[in-house]
Amino acid sequence: MSLYETRRKNNAIATGLAWLATAFGLFWLALILGALVYEGARGLSPAVFSQMTPPPGSQGGLSNAIAGSLLMSAIGVAIGTPLGMLAGTYLAEYGRHTKLAMIVRFINDILLSAPSIVIGLFVYEILVHPMGHFSAISGAVALSLLVVPVVLRTTEDMLLLVPGSMREAAAALGAPRALVIGKIAYRAAKAGLITGILLAVARVSGETAPLLFTALNNQFWSANLNAPMASLPVVIFQFALSPYKDWQQLAWTGALLITVAVLSLSIVARTLGAGRRKSR
Amino acid sequence: MMYSAESLKTPDAKVSVNGLDFYYGASHALKAVSLPLYENRVTAFIGPSGCGKSTLLRVLNRMYDLYPGQRAEGEVWLDGENIIDPAIDVNALRARVGMVFQKPTPFPMSIYDNIAFGIKLYEKLPAAELDARVEQALRGAALWDEVKDKLHSSGLGLSGGQQQRLCIARSVAVQPEVILFDEPCSALDPISTAKVEELIEELAEDYTIAIVTHNMQQAVRVSDYTAFMYLGELVEYGETDDVFNKPKQKRTLDYITGRFG
Amino acid sequence: MTVVEPDRRERNGAMEVTDFALAQKITPAVIVDRPRALGRIALIDRIFHHLTRTAAIIVLIILGGVIVSLFRGALPAIKTFGFGFFTSQAWNPVNDNFGALPAMYGTIVTSIIAMLIAVPVGLGVATFLTELCPHPLRRPIGVAIELLAGIPSIIYGIWGLFVFAPFVQVHVQPALIAGFAGVPVLSNLFAGPPYGIGVLTASFILAIMVLPFIASISRDVFETVPTVLKEAATGIGCTTWEMMRHVVLPYSRVGVVGGVMLALGRALGETMAVTFVIGNAHKVSPSLLAPGTTISATIANEFTEAVGDIYTSALIELGLILFLITFMVLAMARYMLMRLERTSA
Repeated sequence: MSLYETRRKNNAIATGLAWLATAFGLFWLALILGALVYEGARGLSPAVFSQMTPPPGSQGGLSNAIAGSLLMSAIGVAIGTPLGMLAGTYLAEYGRHTKLAMIVRFINDILLSAPSIVIGLFVYEILVHPMGHFSAISGAVALSLLVVPVVLRTTEDMLLLVPGSMREAAAALGAPRALVIGKIAYRAAKAGLITGILLAVARVSGETAPLLFTALNNQFWSANLNAPMASLPVVIFQFALSPYKDWQQLAWTGALLITVAVLSLSIVARTLGAGRRKSR
Repeated sequence: MMYSAESLKTPDAKVSVNGLDFYYGASHALKAVSLPLYENRVTAFIGPSGCGKSTLLRVLNRMYDLYPGQRAEGEVWLDGENIIDPAIDVNALRARVGMVFQKPTPFPMSIYDNIAFGIKLYEKLPAAELDARVEQALRGAALWDEVKDKLHSSGLGLSGGQQQRLCIARSVAVQPEVILFDEPCSALDPISTAKVEELIEELAEDYTIAIVTHNMQQAVRVSDYTAFMYLGELVEYGETDDVFNKPKQKRTLDYITGRFG
Repeated sequence: MTVVEPDRRERNGAMEVTDFALAQKITPAVIVDRPRALGRIALIDRIFHHLTRTAAIIVLIILGGVIVSLFRGALPAIKTFGFGFFTSQAWNPVNDNFGALPAMYGTIVTSIIAMLIAVPVGLGVATFLTELCPHPLRRPIGVAIELLAGIPSIIYGIWGLFVFAPFVQVHVQPALIAGFAGVPVLSNLFAGPPYGIGVLTASFILAIMVLPFIASISRDVFETVPTVLKEAATGIGCTTWEMMRHVVLPYSRVGVVGGVMLALGRALGETMAVTFVIGNAHKVSPSLLAPGTTISATIANEFTEAVGDIYTSALIELGLILFLITFMVLAMARYMLMRLERTSA
C-alpha cells in the first residue's frame, strides 16, 4: 500500500511540475507580448508610416525603414525561392537516392539553423568588401541565403508527400520527369510550397544580424540598391540602444509592427498548410 | 514456356517476352519468363500475391526505371524492338504502352486537362481538335455522358469508378498500342467493376491488353489468354478456357480451385 | 487518310492489314510526329534535370563559400595571434591586440545556463501538451507555442533591455547578492554590484527565446511514440509519470537529445536576444551578474565600427569559431534526429 502511495505521490509531483512549467513558460511569453503591445501601441500614429526616421530629439516615423524592409525581403525572397525550390526538387525527384542529395540535405539542415550573423559576415566578405561600400543589394543577398534552406526543406517535404502513384501514372503516359514535376507534383504540392515561402518571408522579415553590416542603415528614403538602406530590425537595434526617448519609443513601435507582420504571415501560412508541416 | 505462331487461328504476337529475369536488388523476382501477348487479345496474369505478375507488367513499360536497384535481363520484343535495351527511349515506349493502375490516379487538375495532358505531350493541336480528341477519349471510356457538363471541374471530384475510367480515357487518348491494367478493379465496387470489365472487352478490339488480377472470375470474364505465375515463375500459359478447365499443371489446378494462394 | 506510322508497318509486315483497319477506325486524321515531340520533351527534361542539380550544388558551394571566405578574412588575425587567440583575454583596438577567450566563454556560459533553464521547462511543456492538457486546449496552446518560436529574436532583446533588466536590477539581483553572501562558491557566482544587464540576464532571455522551440520540437518527438506502447504502459497500471519516465522518454531519447542540441545550436549563434543585455565587456568574470560578451554580440556591436585590418580580421575569426562550433553541434543534432526518423519510419 505504501508503495502505491509513493507512486501516486511521485506522479502528482511530476504532473504538477509539468503544469507549472507550462504556466511558467506561458507567463513569460505573455509578459513579453503584453509589454510589446503596450509600449508599441503607444507610439502608433499615422506619422509612423508617413515620416522618415528622425534625427535625435525630433518627431518622425519609420516609413523609410518599413519600405527598406519590404524591398530587401522581397528581393531576398525573389532570389532565394527559385534556388531553394530547384534544389529541393533535385533532392525529392531527380536525385532522391544519390549521394549528392544526401550531402546537400545534411548541409541544408545545418544552414537552416546556422547563426545568421555568420551569413552576414559571409556576404560582407564576398560583396561589401569587394564593392567597397554597404548596399541594399548585399542585404538582400544575405536575406536570400536565409530563404534558401527554408524553401528547400519545404519543397522537398512537400514533393515527398505527393504519392508515388501519381508520378507513375504520369510516367506511364510517357511524360518525362520535368513535366511530371512541373505539371503534376508542383500542382499537388502547391499549398505546402506557398506555406514554405510564407514561412521564409516571416523568417527574414525579422532578421537583424545579417543586415547590420551588409545593408547598414540609412536615415533617409532610398530606393538605390547600390547604397545603404534602412530596415526595421536595424533601426530598432540602433534606436533601442540610443539614449533618446523618442528613438526608444520608435524602436518599440517598430518591434510591434514586425511581430504583427511575422505572426500574421505565420498564421496565414499555417492555415494554408493546414498543419501538415512540422515546425522544424 | 513455349510459344510459337504455329496455328493460323492465333493472331500475331504484339509483345514477346523471352527468357526474362527481374531483380529487386538481390532478390530474384522473375525467373526465365517467356510468353506472348497477342495482338487485339486480352491476356490475364494470375497468381498469389508476390508471384511476380505485377512485376512482369511493370517490365512491359519499363516502369521499374523509376527506381534504382531494379533491373531486368532477357528480351522483351515489341514489334521487333527489344524494349529492355537500355538505349531505347522509355518515354517513347510508354507512349506506345499505356498503363492503368490499381488505385485510380487522376491528376490534380480538371477532367478535361487530365485527358489533354497526355495528348499535349506529343501533339500541338488547335483548340477545336483538342476538344474533339478529349471527347473521343472520354466516349471511348464510356464516361462522356457522365462528365460532359463538368469537364472543367476537378478530376478528384469523381467517384472511384469514374476516376478509374477517367484514367483509362487518359491512357487511350495518347493512342497507345498496348494497354496494361494492374488490378484495375480491386478498389472498385461491383457495379463500377462491371463497367470497367465491359470497357476492357471493347478496348480489346483496338488494343493489345494485359491485365493483372487476383480475381479469377474476372480473368475468365475478360481474358482470351491466361498466364498463371507462382514464385516468380510462369507455371502455365494458354487460352483462358484451357487454363481454367483443363490445366496441365497441378499447381495451377490447386490455385484455381482455391487450395492455396 | 494515311495513318499508320511507316516504321511500324515496316517492322511488322504481317499484320499490316489488321493494323491498318484498326488504325483507320480509332485514329482521326492526325499524323503524329512522335520522335520529334519526344526529342523536344527529352531536351526539356535534361535541361530541368541539370538546372535542379546545379541549384543543389550551389547550396553546397554556399556552405563551402562561408567557410572559405571566413577563413580568408580571418587569416591576418590567425597569422598574428596564432593559437594564443583562444587563450587571451585581451581586447584592445588601440594597439591591435585581441583574444577570443571572453567571447567564447560568454557564448558557452550563456548557452549552457539558458539550456539548464529551458530544457526542463520545455520538456515539462511538451509533457503537458501530449499527456495532461485538456483536449480543447491542446491545439490552441500548441499552436501558440509554435507561433512564439517564430518571433524575431530582436523582440526578446528589446524587452530584456527595457523591462526585464531594470526589474532584475532592482528586485532580483540585490536579493541574490545578499542571499548568497558568505556561501562558498555561490557568493562568487553572485557577486558584485547589480547592473541589471549581464551574463545571467542574457542567459535568462536566451532561455525564454529557445523555450518555445524546445517545447514544440519535444512535443513532435513525443508524438512519434506509438500509441500502443503508451496504452500498454497504462494498461499495466503505470501512472502518467511512470509512463513518461519508462516508456516515452527512453523511446524518444535520441530525438529529444537531437532537439535539445538543435536548440543549443540556435542559442550559441543567437545575436539579438543577447546583444542588448549582455553588457559587452571583454573579460572573463567569475560572477554571473557581471557584464560579459558573446561572439555574436561582439561582432554585432563592433564590426561596422572596426577600424584597421587586424581588428576586422579578429572579428571575422570570432565568426569562424562560432560557425565551426555551431556546425559541430548542429551536425550532431541532425545526426541524432535522422536516427530517430529512421527508427520511427
